Amino acid sequence: METLWFCVIALLWLGYLFLEGFDFGVGMLLPFLGRDNTERRVMINTIGPVWDGNEVWLLVAGGATFAAFPGWYAALFSAAYLPLTLFLLALIGRGVAFEYRGKVDSARWRKVWDTVIFVGSWVAALGVGLIIATTVTGLPIDAAGDRVGSPFAAIKWETILGALAIAGYALVHGAIFLALKTEGEIRERARLMALRMAPVALLPLVALLLYVAGVWALPVLLFAGLALWRLWVGREGQSFAFMGLAVAATVTVLFASLYPNVLPSTLDPAYTLTVAGAASSPYTLTVMTWVAAFGTPAVLIYQGWTYWVFRKRIGVQHIPAAH
Amino acid sequence: MDVLELARWQFGITTVYHFLMVPLTIGLSLLVAAMQTAWVRTGNERYYKMTKFWGKLLLINFAMGVVTGIVQEFQFGMAWSAYSRFVGDVFGAPLAMEGLVAFFVESTFLGLWIFGWDKLPKKVHLACAWAFSLATMASAYFILAANSWMQHPVGIVLDEGRPRLTSIWAVLTNNTTLAAFPHTIAGAFAVAATFLVGIGAWHLWKKSDETGVWRSSLKLGTWVGVVAFAVLAISGDVQGKLMFQQQPMKMAAAEALCHTEEPAAFSIFAIGDVTRPDCENVKSITVPALLSFLAHNDFSSEVKGIQDLVPMYQEKYGTNYPVDERLGELSGKPIDYVPALPVTYWGFRLMIGFGAISAGLGLVMLWLTRGGRVPRGRWFPITALAGIATPFLANSFGWIFTEMGRQPFVVVPNPSGVDGVWMFTAQAVSASTPGEILTSLIALTAVYGALACVEVYLIRKYVRGGVAGVMPGKTDDGALAFAY
Repeated sequence: METLWFCVIALLWLGYLFLEGFDFGVGMLLPFLGRDNTERRVMINTIGPVWDGNEVWLLVAGGATFAAFPGWYAALFSAAYLPLTLFLLALIGRGVAFEYRGKVDSARWRKVWDTVIFVGSWVAALGVGLIIATTVTGLPIDAAGDRVGSPFAAIKWETILGALAIAGYALVHGAIFLALKTEGEIRERARLMALRMAPVALLPLVALLLYVAGVWALPVLLFAGLALWRLWVGREGQSFAFMGLAVAATVTVLFASLYPNVLPSTLDPAYTLTVAGAASSPYTLTVMTWVAAFGTPAVLIYQGWTYWVFRKRIGVQHIPAAH
Repeated sequence: MDVLELARWQFGITTVYHFLMVPLTIGLSLLVAAMQTAWVRTGNERYYKMTKFWGKLLLINFAMGVVTGIVQEFQFGMAWSAYSRFVGDVFGAPLAMEGLVAFFVESTFLGLWIFGWDKLPKKVHLACAWAFSLATMASAYFILAANSWMQHPVGIVLDEGRPRLTSIWAVLTNNTTLAAFPHTIAGAFAVAATFLVGIGAWHLWKKSDETGVWRSSLKLGTWVGVVAFAVLAISGDVQGKLMFQQQPMKMAAAEALCHTEEPAAFSIFAIGDVTRPDCENVKSITVPALLSFLAHNDFSSEVKGIQDLVPMYQEKYGTNYPVDERLGELSGKPIDYVPALPVTYWGFRLMIGFGAISAGLGLVMLWLTRGGRVPRGRWFPITALAGIATPFLANSFGWIFTEMGRQPFVVVPNPSGVDGVWMFTAQAVSASTPGEILTSLIALTAVYGALACVEVYLIRKYVRGGVAGVMPGKTDDGALAFAY
């Protein structure tokens, strides 16, 4: 049962990285791909109806970790306090920015919020990577699960690599998403940008996976390669799907390398938090299993429906001249 | 300040702030769904305009509610990790359910509603508004179930020093939750109702276009407000009676009732220093025997005072904190079982007072504008707009009262004592450094403050813009032009 819930948590992170990965990417690319306000608005409108739903995956991942592995939730979140604070501030900023950007018709106003979206998306993507790499590579925690030492213990070269890995992935994923969801000139630019930057942007991800799991990094490399090949030949949909497989393989490899631990202690292996040690009681896990068994398919159905409703590509001609 | 104090300030500030957005969203979303239903059913343009206008304000407000809610979910692990470990087997479940069952629905269907005006069939689009509205209430239910469990833990056994969940059903049907839910929801409708009344009255006074929209809004707000206040009074009474059994100290603190009285009088207003649990120097204007009735439905019953409750608490839950370095200065010190009396005493009164003003305001406004009349004095719009603040204040004081009133506990012991589970707030914080919490406290407060200015600015702008400011422009070709 604990193992099942470990897989559920991994699945929630996967859903989060896959979905919010591209909306982070769109925000991170905003000044690079959007040459004028109309183009930036096209970019933001591709994620407009869905970014909020995407973000709920994070909330549910957090809530489910609290419910299923309170020890993990408490240790990781309190030990990585400052990075998490920064991450939350970034999420606050970009969330508000999406909603408020178009509410006042002024170039200065929009510029401010575009900057918030840009910075917020970068910080948030880096933050997610840092947190995931932290739980995989461990923290100096004592027997009680409390951090020993500096508030910056979560900042070390492995976690910085993790931060860059997820940010790089989000960049490529976001560019491919934009190529899939827009039309006209911006679509072509997004496609070319994804192809050009991918070899560099995906490097930290490959490095992280090689470091954590050695040869198991290969499937990710394979899927990412396929994604770029399909993008090269102009099949954005297939490319996007292969990026999905790449991130699925990434999450699988990272969490598989972590199992049966949830948060290794870098002080003493005896203090390492394990799936069994951090889990809730079997009864709580059973309750949560029922909730997830009914809840998750429903979420997938209605979120899938949202993407279906807004399946059309968006171009600059859809943006009214007034803004 | 130490970690405990900083973490408490942070929780207080972020939660009170979050709960400014939440009730407006809950109340307004249902009213907007109802307006849209009226439009879809009658085809009357006035209801369409109402939906658009109030819907816009709803969206501006909801964005803030979402982003401040994320902080709430993470804060338990970050600043209250000892608490999270202690209650994780029980407390995490309703939070996770809220995300999975309610919040997913909210954010997805709101996205569909914002962008779906021209993409979805009318009735499907309307259904999205209802799905959103009902999900906000479901959210409230799960969060209140979690909070009520802290006030009154049920459905558990004590296992290796921690509560272990034995019945999720007991947690979800906790009588504390069942009483808190209608009270909170009615409080949310009071907020939305006064919002409609205040802004509607202001537009009538300004002689803005679309008089019908403002008159209907004012009328709707008034009646919703009156019903909400009735539900608030009844559910509040039920809640109070429960609390006299479940948290007698909180209720004694609400009254600053130092000595046991039989029958006990209800204090309307106190002059003097209510900070002292011995009640020296306090003169109070009272209604005889009313407190006995509020507590036990019986005008002659006995109500226990603080001075008699303290020894009872000491006997049951100990006189001193355990010796534990994590408790810092409090380690081994005597436990102060009396909550901060000025906060509980005045918080309770301000909650009731502001709530009553907000309900009365609607009725007064409706009477003043009867038959097409509109008072011409400047006092009229000023009163109307200032009135908008009253239910917000009532909600905030209510929460401050109920959360401060349960101190020094974070998980209040269930007096029927079957499970022996409780936790002191001092034991609940993370082993963080004060610097960490201070950093986030400053950063969050600063960002929240700045965003409050932005939100107020935007709401003001769209309120002033009236109906014309929210209608789709002529350039709108039906694509995703509505929101961004």
